[in-house]
Amino acid sequence: MFEKDALALMMNLMIFAPLAGVPLILLLGKTSAKYIAFVVSLIPFVLSLLLYAGYLDFSTLDATTADGYVIDSGYRWFGSQNADGTWVSSFDINYLTGIDGISVFLVLLTTFIFPISILFSWGSVHDREAAYYNLLLILEVGVLGVFLALDLILFYVFFEMVLIPMYFLIGIWGGKDRIYASLKFFLYTLIGSLLMLVCILYLGYYAGTLVNDGYFTSDLLKISSIEIPAEVQWWLFIGFALSFAIKVPLFPLHTWLPDAHVQAPTAGSVILAAVLLKMGTYGLVRFCLPLFPDASLEFAPIMCLLGTIGIIYGAMASMVQTDIKKLVAYSSVSHLGFIVLGIFSFTEEAMSGAIVQMVNHGISTGALFLIIGMIYDRRHTREIKDFQGIAKVLPIFTVVFMITTFSSIGLPGLNGFVGEFLILLGSFSSDHVSPVYAVLGTTGVIIAAVYMLWMFRRVMFGTLDKDENRSLTDLNARELGLMLPLIALMFYIGFHATPVLKEIGKSSDRVVEKVISRTGSNFSQK
Amino acid sequence: MEALLPLIILSPFIGAAIIGIWGLFSSSFRHQEKLIGTIATLAVVLPFVLVLNTFLSYEHGKPVSFHLFSWMATKNFSVDFSYVLDEASLLMGLIVTGIGSLIHIYSIAYMHHDKGFYRYFLYLNLFIFSMNNLILGDNLLVLFLGWEGVGACSYFLIGYWFEDMAKAMAAQKAFVANRIGDFALLVAMFIIFTSTGSLKFSEISLSGDVAFWVALLVFIAATGKSAQIPLYVWLPDAMAGPTPVSALIHAATMVTSGIYLIARMSEVFLQVPGVMILVAVIGGLTAILAALIAIAQNDIKKVLAYSTVSQLGFMFMALGAGAFSTAIFHVMTHAFFKACLFLGSGSVIHAMEHMHLVDDPQDIRTMGKLGKYMPSTSKTFWISTLAIAGIFPLSGFFSKDEILGKLFAAGHEHVMYYAVWAVGMITAVLTAFYMTRVTFLTFNGKKRFPEEGHPHESSPLMTIPLWILAGLAIVGGFLGLPAVVGHGHYNWISEHWLSISKAPIIVNRILHADLTTEWILIGISFCVAIGGVYFAYSLYSKYDLQADLKVKSFFGSMYRVMENKFFIDEFYNAAIIRPFVWLGNYAIMPFDKKFIDGLVNGSGYLVYSAGSVFRQLQSGLVQKYALLMFIGVVVLLGYAIFG
Repeated sequence: MFEKDALALMMNLMIFAPLAGVPLILLLGKTSAKYIAFVVSLIPFVLSLLLYAGYLDFSTLDATTADGYVIDSGYRWFGSQNADGTWVSSFDINYLTGIDGISVFLVLLTTFIFPISILFSWGSVHDREAAYYNLLLILEVGVLGVFLALDLILFYVFFEMVLIPMYFLIGIWGGKDRIYASLKFFLYTLIGSLLMLVCILYLGYYAGTLVNDGYFTSDLLKISSIEIPAEVQWWLFIGFALSFAIKVPLFPLHTWLPDAHVQAPTAGSVILAAVLLKMGTYGLVRFCLPLFPDASLEFAPIMCLLGTIGIIYGAMASMVQTDIKKLVAYSSVSHLGFIVLGIFSFTEEAMSGAIVQMVNHGISTGALFLIIGMIYDRRHTREIKDFQGIAKVLPIFTVVFMITTFSSIGLPGLNGFVGEFLILLGSFSSDHVSPVYAVLGTTGVIIAAVYMLWMFRRVMFGTLDKDENRSLTDLNARELGLMLPLIALMFYIGFHATPVLKEIGKSSDRVVEKVISRTGSNFSQK
Repeated sequence: MEALLPLIILSPFIGAAIIGIWGLFSSSFRHQEKLIGTIATLAVVLPFVLVLNTFLSYEHGKPVSFHLFSWMATKNFSVDFSYVLDEASLLMGLIVTGIGSLIHIYSIAYMHHDKGFYRYFLYLNLFIFSMNNLILGDNLLVLFLGWEGVGACSYFLIGYWFEDMAKAMAAQKAFVANRIGDFALLVAMFIIFTSTGSLKFSEISLSGDVAFWVALLVFIAATGKSAQIPLYVWLPDAMAGPTPVSALIHAATMVTSGIYLIARMSEVFLQVPGVMILVAVIGGLTAILAALIAIAQNDIKKVLAYSTVSQLGFMFMALGAGAFSTAIFHVMTHAFFKACLFLGSGSVIHAMEHMHLVDDPQDIRTMGKLGKYMPSTSKTFWISTLAIAGIFPLSGFFSKDEILGKLFAAGHEHVMYYAVWAVGMITAVLTAFYMTRVTFLTFNGKKRFPEEGHPHESSPLMTIPLWILAGLAIVGGFLGLPAVVGHGHYNWISEHWLSISKAPIIVNRILHADLTTEWILIGISFCVAIGGVYFAYSLYSKYDLQADLKVKSFFGSMYRVMENKFFIDEFYNAAIIRPFVWLGNYAIMPFDKKFIDGLVNGSGYLVYSAGSVFRQLQSGLVQKYALLMFIGVVVLLGYAIFG
């Protein structure tokens, strides 16, 4: 359908397309800000769909680059080409982007969740709208950049760029403890990313001596081609993994998350859960595993252990929350624990499961935060005890909430099950980590049913005993309209995950192979 | 016809989708009960016709399979929505879609004027969809989709009247108890995949330790779904759902899926005799415990619920003995008479409710002499009672006798089976006793509701399914006449239908008893059933409700324990649920808030103090920009140094 160059251009246009809204909003003023933002956010969405269609053409032909990227593009500024075609530069920091099976669905999720978040905000944000929507659009650029950057410094810039709008979104439009929460969020992630920066600098310098005539390089493809000694990998892994673990968040670095979620405005929570946390798990898959395979193998037991603790710890913390939003926030700690377990099990099943679960968690937990936002906009409370029996007055809301709840607790036939099952199945069958993690992780499935259904029952069922709840109105067309696509996706992935898994597998299998090739004995299916 | 087979799966799903979506958005559709009932019923009758057609033209050993689409696929693992109609799944399919159809019809009358009418049929269709996946799936994962799907439908239907918090609690309890079992099934699947690389039934062959763990875990899973010790506690509470649901889900179909799963995996179980003994012992204990509790209950549905738990125990005894197809035989006969009993109780409850004279329409102490007003319900209920009690020649006699016979024969393998056999015999007496009690106190004896009450027989839409089921409860047993009568292979279900195929779906342990022993055992079964019924009948016809006092004095202090269901719920609450919540509240949250956040806030304070130096220069948000500029400088310095 498209030439590769056209797709590459489209990809880069998509990243920056949201910025088109910023001058428009500034010029046309705040009353139309929400409409502009929504329409503008549809541009990257449409572009991402076209990109995906083109992507499928090339991934079927298996016309991937040697490094596994289906589409990649580069804008290099300084330096010169060697005789063998490699690029050498004394200032080898470039704008390099590319897409493969690991990032493609995260990109689609991002371009999909932003219009939904913006559309949701129409009904709940009435304060400083121009700034609010501008920040959301800038945020989208940062997130897309993170998932597509193939240059470490570029990645770092996008990674940090995400931090600032999110900080303001929580700090200005958040709840009553927003200042504490936003500062905590900011410091936590900043400390992590500074560590990563140090590691990037070291890595770039180290790699440069091997592949760039001794000059610093941050070109991911170049760096991927070198072998790093195990002891160097060890330190670099710690730096990168710590930064990503904070983002994930992995136990015990998770305490910023419940505060940030509870204080953030709904759209902020949705985006935070759906895509910002995935930056951490994506980073682990994109950088930690392929660049530091030996260290990844060595740290796998610790990462799996922390992931497993996160599954159970997050679930048990969810169980005792009285605030619905905090409950869902802790459930994210549990769900992301599954993903980390999947990444560090080093089987194709667990890895594909982990990546599909990144998307699934974005859909399900994103939907849960939207649902909580809808109920909060009506009642201005999120305390479980302030509700009871509201299913009676909100039939459509109840159905939407119920399906999302079951998606979150991994009912087969809905999306959450596919990811969790593949992660646990793959982890159990792994030759590289103990099956005990998978078995312990599976108990999370039981506790998930406890905390979600417990909350659901107390909020939705029983007699409608509070007067304030009697006059609640059911979902309007806009609210229903933004939930339906999410629910359709829950069923689609739940029943027919094969097309998604196929594309993911093409790239994620390479990562797994790269890691396990270091064990000396090739992984073989028993 | 074969091209239509996918409709067995799709038709109830489409029915559910139409009713659900249309009903949610159109209030006029919601009131068209006839239209909703017709759509839902047709969506189940169609699969029944298709299954029946396949059954009638079925050639032994030649399973019919069909395929929908791929579910998930990764490098080493893939699973499809593909299904197989073989001896075992066809038999179950007939039970599920057949009884399912009858209960859909019955429900149209039973749920008349209920404001959630469309929701009810949506769930019922969704249940049939899940159940069909469970029994027809050719691999464990599709079975698991159905397994959890029926759990979810059970959740929706138990909590159907969600405005009653107690009912919503019962629904939640059912789902969570089932999830504990599901956990075991998940781990079993992981083990099977790791050792065979597949989850297809036809490719599962295990031995040694792997077989042991898989068998044990599958058994634990079955104790959840099929309500055995220690996970049975959800089933009695599940009676909070509408009564036709109790008949379909919590008696005839869903609760037997654990037995079906074990039978399908019989080859694995036969490798581990130790687990087989455990299965039989747990089955025996559950059977007698539930029977004892049933004696002391006064809620008609609770009695039937505990009776179901007890009968499921019989099926597990059969499984444990290695008589897998005998267990399936009892699944079938039990489906007939227990569905009939539950629908009968629904008819009674309906009548009691419509009198508007009693507080609790399910309490047998306020019933009595209903047979005079409700002849069809009374007759069919009595037929089914005699069937479950094991009176010759009704269906329950054949299946129960065969179970006890197989247990006795298994005594050759291990002496423990004799003990289980003895427990089974005692339970058979208790069954005859408590079933006669509940039936007598409901339909016979003194009229215990107010004099002005005139209960009415239910409409034909309800009584016709009752008669069909009662008819099946009478003749169902002849499908499996004991081997002894025909000198060998005469039991059509367990000896012929389920066993004679080239690649047996269900493999039974070979159990032989000599002819004399078998006749003696049949004699004992015959007498035990008649004795139990006669004793209860004479006791209750003489003393009516006062006879309970005699029973009470017979059991002594034990009676209070039975009345309170052996305090199992209280035990679980104190031993598991509370400690868990306590751990969350007093260990995890303080750790989160005090310890981790303490460290974070401490280091945050340090940064804050350092930041106050800069603050003298800047104010407000600009301070954060400064921090960012600082990062920028670090980056540039990096280039300068390294570049």
